[in-house]
Parts: sequence; structure tokens; C-alpha cells
Amino acid sequence: MISPSLAIPLSLALPLIGVVLIWLFGRWPNLREAVTLVTGGLLLVLTITVFASVGEGERPDYILFEVIDGLPLAFQAEPLGAMFALLASALWLVNSLYSIGYMRSGNEKNQTRFYMSFAVAIASAMGVAYAGNLFTLFIFYEILTLSTFPLVTHKGDAKARRGGRIYLGVLMGASIGLLLPAIVWTYALTGTVDFTLGGILSGHVDAAGPLVPVLLGLYVFGIAKAALIPVHSWLPNAMVAPTPVSAFLHAVAVVKAGVFAVLKVSIYIFGADFLHQSGASTPFMWIAGGSILLASAIAMHKDNLKARLAYSTVSQLSYVTLGAMLATSMGVMGGAMQIAMHAFGKMTLFMCAGAIYVATKKINISEMRGLGRVMPITFGAFFIGAMSIVGLPPMGGSWPKFLLMWGAADADQLGMIAVLMISSILNVVYLLSIPVMAFYMAPTPEAGKPQGVHEANGGGALIQWGNLKEAPLWCVLPPVITATGAFVLFFFAGALYDYLLPLTGGG
Amino acid sequence: MSGLISQLPVLPVITPLIAAPLTLLLPKGRVPWAWATIVSWLTFAASAALLHNVATNGVVSYHLGDWAPPLGIEYRIDLANALVLFLVSGIAAIVFPFAYESVRSETDNRQSSLFYGAMQICLAGMLGVTITGDAFNVFVFLEISSLSTYALVAMGARRDRRALTAAFNYLVMGTIGATFFVIGIGLLYQATGTLNMADLHLRLAGQDNRVIEAGFAFIVVGIGLKAAMFPMHLWLPNAYTYAPSVVTAFIAATATKVAVYVLVRFFYSIFSPDFAFMQATFAYVLLPLGVIGMFVASLVAVFQADVKRMLAYSSVAQIGYMLLGVSLGTKAGLAAALVHVFNHALIKGALFMSVACVVLRLGSHANEAFQGLGRRMPVTTGAFILSGLSLVGAPATVGFISKWYLLKATFEVGHWGVSFLIVASSLISLIYIGRIIEMMVLREPPESGPLSAPIKEAPMSMLIPMWVLVAANVYFGLQTDLTGGIASAAADALMTVGGAR
Repeated sequence: MISPSLAIPLSLALPLIGVVLIWLFGRWPNLREAVTLVTGGLLLVLTITVFASVGEGERPDYILFEVIDGLPLAFQAEPLGAMFALLASALWLVNSLYSIGYMRSGNEKNQTRFYMSFAVAIASAMGVAYAGNLFTLFIFYEILTLSTFPLVTHKGDAKARRGGRIYLGVLMGASIGLLLPAIVWTYALTGTVDFTLGGILSGHVDAAGPLVPVLLGLYVFGIAKAALIPVHSWLPNAMVAPTPVSAFLHAVAVVKAGVFAVLKVSIYIFGADFLHQSGASTPFMWIAGGSILLASAIAMHKDNLKARLAYSTVSQLSYVTLGAMLATSMGVMGGAMQIAMHAFGKMTLFMCAGAIYVATKKINISEMRGLGRVMPITFGAFFIGAMSIVGLPPMGGSWPKFLLMWGAADADQLGMIAVLMISSILNVVYLLSIPVMAFYMAPTPEAGKPQGVHEANGGGALIQWGNLKEAPLWCVLPPVITATGAFVLFFFAGALYDYLLPLTGGG
Repeated sequence: MSGLISQLPVLPVITPLIAAPLTLLLPKGRVPWAWATIVSWLTFAASAALLHNVATNGVVSYHLGDWAPPLGIEYRIDLANALVLFLVSGIAAIVFPFAYESVRSETDNRQSSLFYGAMQICLAGMLGVTITGDAFNVFVFLEISSLSTYALVAMGARRDRRALTAAFNYLVMGTIGATFFVIGIGLLYQATGTLNMADLHLRLAGQDNRVIEAGFAFIVVGIGLKAAMFPMHLWLPNAYTYAPSVVTAFIAATATKVAVYVLVRFFYSIFSPDFAFMQATFAYVLLPLGVIGMFVASLVAVFQADVKRMLAYSSVAQIGYMLLGVSLGTKAGLAAALVHVFNHALIKGALFMSVACVVLRLGSHANEAFQGLGRRMPVTTGAFILSGLSLVGAPATVGFISKWYLLKATFEVGHWGVSFLIVASSLISLIYIGRIIEMMVLREPPESGPLSAPIKEAPMSMLIPMWVLVAANVYFGLQTDLTGGIASAAADALMTVGGAR
């Protein structure tokens, strides 16, 4: 068995070795995809190793080298990061299966570049997850932005160019314009940017002074990957990317790296107690609450399925920010669990959207009436994923909502409980209505004869059996796996809760 | 051999200075280039040895012709100028081998020995400015390098006649600058009776009168012109745009940096921050001009239709960052300025070299030439993207290190408003660099016209040196012992000398 301290740098190096191999084998697609899958499998083993050792109370660390005096590229695994790394690597594996099905069915161009960028992105997600200080986190955060840019602009047409411009402009604009000064400021104030439980600002900054909310604002908006309104606009625009990118990067790796960073900063840089005591986070809690409701409201107006899911993501990400800004133990726990639970649910939904597109070329919800009878597996998985996002038992997604309400009650923020309740109702309306429409409503004329719409081509034929017409196996199986995950996690929430408990300083 | 070692401080200047006239005796063609390349490598080796020597043994003082200062000329090398020497000769050692194909296609071949001779003189001049400890000697070497630069810029006339007006403009402005500078030196000489820097420093102590102030003002304006300090930058965009690509890559990476170094040297080793007028200069001249330059030049860069001209304006903006660092008047600020002098040379050198590759193949540096370049010249495109990201300040590149030092310095003195101005202006650079990158990667090549002809990637003789510089951008972005470490120590030493009178 590899020692956990070694597993950390290896989990960064492994995908990068994968990048080289993918490039070398670019001409043999089967070999190339095998590299992705083997890399994914090995990476999963590594992240499990780290996850297990953190569970035993260890904090494995690794220092690469010092970049600037006193600022090393350093890694240290703690519960939140270990969970994020495990989540990302497990879902990367599932998503790679899905990518193969999707990209081959669509005969997409530049697939080698696609898989290479994906592997760089996962390596930088690992770097974000295990970062031992803000400096390291920032470096990998930026590499994550840059490596996903070719994925967003994959199609290369005018729309993709525009989307890519907004993607890069908002993400880099916020991170260079707000986050970088915030980090340097923190460093200038405290002389360190190491992640320390309980925070590093206390004692260096007057808790009641105006500096705390200013700094917090720089962090919360500077980490634009957390997609708090108004720095969310990159996310809907990133939907021009092929669906596997939306499914993995814009439901898991990239956006979760954002909310993960927000949580990390509030727990390990400010410290939940310090935040609570200063009261600086209250305005941002309201902004997060507003973001939740506003994004849901926009989502209801979107007929394009991926656009609706994107706004739903904006809304759900703000749950994590809200948890961090509540600055109570339960709020932090709720936010942390939301990272995992939402990942499973939202990824299922995106992969279903992609499967529908592959099988029928439909992208608008209004055209999906009656489609459930033709694609029962896909819409079944969609239903489970939607239930989890709404927060209905017995799905994993119900726990974070519960904990967040508890946290809001602890913090005496009854308004936030109302926000959470309204948001769940809105979720029911705009997410659950989709499978209901697909299963119960009569098909529109085109949907009645879907067989004429799509010619199966390239890799993987459509699954046809009687009246059924599902997407190819590798497009259908992955959402079923993640939907199962969303269900199973309901029963393992207690274990996850115990695992994350050290975050509150009480473990 | 030990005799040679004891003469080490003079070698970086004397080697290219003697080699340059000899170049004229060589036959045309490849030989002058090979000769210049070898000379640049020898010079670099001498500079590296000197840097090593200074870093281990401390300040080196060399008396030219064994005439003791203050009457004789002294070469005085501390960490600050050892670093700049290392940088300038290092850039030369990369640009000279790169030059052959590009120069052959852009200049008149009958002039090849003249061209490489002028390049070596230019190198010798800049190294002389950097190494000397004598104020008047600075002027002499400054003119040696400037005069050869005027000629080099004018050699771009074979491709574009506008190089002649650009060179003439540069000549006029540069000469005005040099005149101001020498008047300033004259006033200081009038007041103190010496030209040796260390001696000047001692004799200026406690003097604060009109003559000194006027001398200081003349020197700042004169060097400011050479450094293209906003708003005295007007000669720069045309000179950079119409000069042969190799010349642009070389002088963009070195000439203005040397001028900034001279400013720092005069501020701290001749004058000292405790002169009241120095503080005023920092607060009311350098800081505002630096910030305004950062914004105005960056904004102008966004609207350029020519990549070379865009990068030229970007250089003006980057000079603003360096002046800003100096103007903070703190050790951290000075270190940030020195770090950025070094890092920006790596960035701009690499960017202009990739432009040179494009010009070689397509004969144009207009924006359209870069359309769809990702497919046509992938290796060059990769170099441009990496060094462009470095310019914007993406992590793991030198641009990020510069920004970090600068931000830290501004936050430490509490100028947090300035910190946000720094990041805001670097976002403008994201716009103009991002625009070109988008053109290269996401657009199709032009379908008709002269730019649509099928082209090959640039030759290896250009790609290898270019990528050495790009690799340096990443290496020094992750490993800052040399840049940050030496710059901080150098800043420390400069400030200590300044304060310890």
C-alpha cells in the first residue's frame, strides 16, 4: 500500500502522465480511452487511500518546494478536501465512461484534445482539494480555469467563442481582480496563508472592524466558481460545451472547487467562530439566500434543459455558500454535505440531458412530452436525481437541506429557513415537472415518431427494444450509477457526517 | 588564468566591444551571426560568473586601467547590477542564436556583418551602463547602446520604409534624453566636483539646494525618456513596430530595463531617499505617472490592429509597474520593481520572439496574420500563449510572481487602492492578450489574400531559443531563489547604502 503522504503528489502526477499517454495514443481511440479509464481507476485508489487515512485522524501532508520565501507549494489532506478529492475522482471515472459513449455517438472532433484537457482539469481539481495553503489553492484554481477553456469552446463556432470569452473573462477577472488581492492582503496582514483550523485572521484583524466584511466580500465574489449572483454569468454560458463537460466540470469539479474554496476560506482562514463573532458574514448570507431564490426563478423560465439545469446549479451552489456564511457548526456541515450530495444529483441530471440529446437531438423541455415512455431508464434516473436535488427522502440530497435549516435555526436566522423552504418548492416545480411531463403527458407529434430523428452513427448503437429507444449503453449506464449513488448516500449520510465532524472543531 | 579571473568584472563589457569591430572583417552570410552568437555566450558566461562571485563574496570593485577612483573609472558590481548584467547578457545569449533566419529574411544581407556588429555594440553599451560605478561613464555607454539601436531600428527599412521615420524619431527623442541626462550630471559635477557614484553619494550628503534639485530633475527626465516612462514613451511604439523583429525582441527585453535600473541606481546610490525632493518625486511624479501609464497604455494596446504595436504599448504599461514599485520607497517595493525588471524581460522577449516566427513565415505582424495560427504554427502558438498568460499574471509563470511581489509591497504600505489598480490594469492585459489567443486558437486562417498561403512551422533554429525563454518563464515562476531572493537582497543593500550616510 502507498503511504497517504505519497498518494497526494501521486494523485496530481498520475493524470498528468495520463495526459502524455493520451496524446501519444491519440491515433488509436480505444487505447486512448483505455488510458483515461486506467488513470481514473488508479486515481480512485489513491484518493481512497488518502480518504481512509484522514478518517483515522491522520492529516497526511506533502511539501513540493518553496516558490517564494515562506510560500511553498504544500498539500495537506483534511476531511473536506479528502471528500472532495474522492468525489471528483470517483465521478471522473463514471463520467469518462459517459464521455466515451457521448463523444463517439456525436462523432465529435478533436477528441484527443478533449480527453487531455479533461485530465489536466482533474489534476488541478486534486491540487485544489489537497492544497495546504491559499497560495497553492489559487495556483491550481487558475490552472483549472485555463484547462477547462478548450473544453468549453470545444465546438469552435461563434457561440462557443462567445461563451468561452465570458467564461474566461468572468472567472479570471474575478480571481485576479478580487481573489488574488484578497490572498496577498491576508498574507500581508498575518504573514501566513496556511489553512489552520480556527482561522488565521483572529488576533491580526479587529473582528468588529470594517476590514473583515471587505475581505470576506473579496473572497466570496473573487471565487467566481462558486457562482454567487452576480458572478454566476459564466456558468450558463459554459453550457455550450459538450454535455460530459457540463455534467462533470459544471456540476462537480469546477463549481465544487469554487464552493469548496469558499468553505475552506471561511473555516480555515477566517474561522467559523471568528466569522460568527464579527457578524461580517450576515450580509453575504442574505446575498446567498437571494442568489438561491433568484437563480431558481430564472431557471423556471428556461425551456432549454441544460440552461435550466445550469441555473439550478447556480441556486444549489449558493446553498453551500449560505452554509459557510451561517458560520454555525450545522451550517458548515450542511454546506460540506451539499457538495457531495448535489454532485451526484446534478451530474445524473446532466448526463440524462445528454442521453436525451444523443437519442433524439432534443434540447428543449417543451419537446420532451411523452418521451418518458420511450426512454424510461433515462427519465427514471432523471426523476431520482431531481428528487435528490429538491431534497426529498429517501435521497441523499435531503440531508444537507435538513442540516442547513438546523444551522439557520442555530444562528437565529429564521428568514433563511423560509428561503430554504421556498427554494425547495420552486425546485419541485421546475425539476420534477420534467419527468412528470415526460411520463404522463401525451407526446407531441414529433416525439411520437422519434425513430426518424436520429441516425445512429460511429461508436455505439442506440438501444432499441419494442417501443423503447434509449441512448447507447455508455450514455445510459453512467446516470443510472450516479442516481443509485444519490439513493445509497441517503443511508450513509451518518457516516459522512461523522467523517466531516472535525471541520467544526469538535471532532 | 588567475589573471583572467581578476579581470573578470571588465570581461562582459570588453568582450562584445572588441568583438564588434572585428565582425566587420568577416565575410557576409552565416559567419557574422556565428561570431556574434559565440561572443554573446562568452559574455553571458562572464556575467554569470560575476553574479556568482558577487553573491558569494559581496561587492566587487574594479579600477579600470588601475586608476584609483574617484579620479579613475570604477566598475562597481553589487547584487542589483549583477542581476541586471546576468539578465541582459542572458537575453542576448538567447536572442543572438535565434536571429539568423529572421534577420536574413528581414534585412539586407549585404549588411549582415554591420547588423551583428551593431548588435554587439548595443549589448556592450547596455552592459557598460549597468556595470559602471561612474556617473559620466553611464552617459557614455548609454549613448554607445542608443546610437547602435538607432541604426538597428533603421535596418527594418527593407521591409517597411516607416522604420526610417521611426528610427529618426527615436534618435531625436533619445538624444534629447541623453542631453538632459548629461546636463544633470554636469550640475552634479558642478556641485560636488566628482563623478564617481560612491563619492557623489558622500559629497551630496546634507546638500539640498537648487543646483542639486535641478540636476536631479534633469536626470529623471533624461532617463525617463530612455525608459519610455509615460508620457515620454512616444518614440517607443513605432520603434518597436518597425524595427527588425529580432531587434525588437532584444531591445524590448533589455533597453528600457537598463534605464529603469539606472533610475534606481541614481535614486539610491547617488541620491538618497532622505532628500525631501526624492519623497516628493516618488509621491507626486513616479506613482501617478506609473499608474496612469499602466492604464492608458494598456487601454491603447487593446485597440491596436497590429500585434507588435500592441505589445509595444503593453511594454509602456509594464514600465509603469516597475516605476510604481520604485515609487513606494520601501524595500519590498524596490524588490518588486527589480523582480519585475527581470521577469518582464523574459515575458516580452518570448512574446516578441514568437512574433518574429510569424513574421518570418507570413511576412506580417498584423492581427490577421494570427488568425487560425494554432493549426498552422502550433509550436509558435504554444509559446505565444504561455508567455501571454505570463504577461497577464497566470500562476506558475513569472508574471504571477511579479504581481505577487508588487501587491504585497503595496498592501504593506497600506496603499490598498493602488493594489486594486494594479490588478485592474492586469485585467486589461487579459483582454488584449486574450483577444489574440482567441484569434489563434478559435478562428480559421484567412481564406484569401497573401496571408492564406500554406506555411510551415518556424525552423528549429528559432523554435529552440524561443522555447528556452518560454521555459524560463515557467521555471522562474516556480523557483524564485534567483529572482526574488537576489532582488530582495539587492533592494536591502541599496536601501542600506541609501540610509547609512
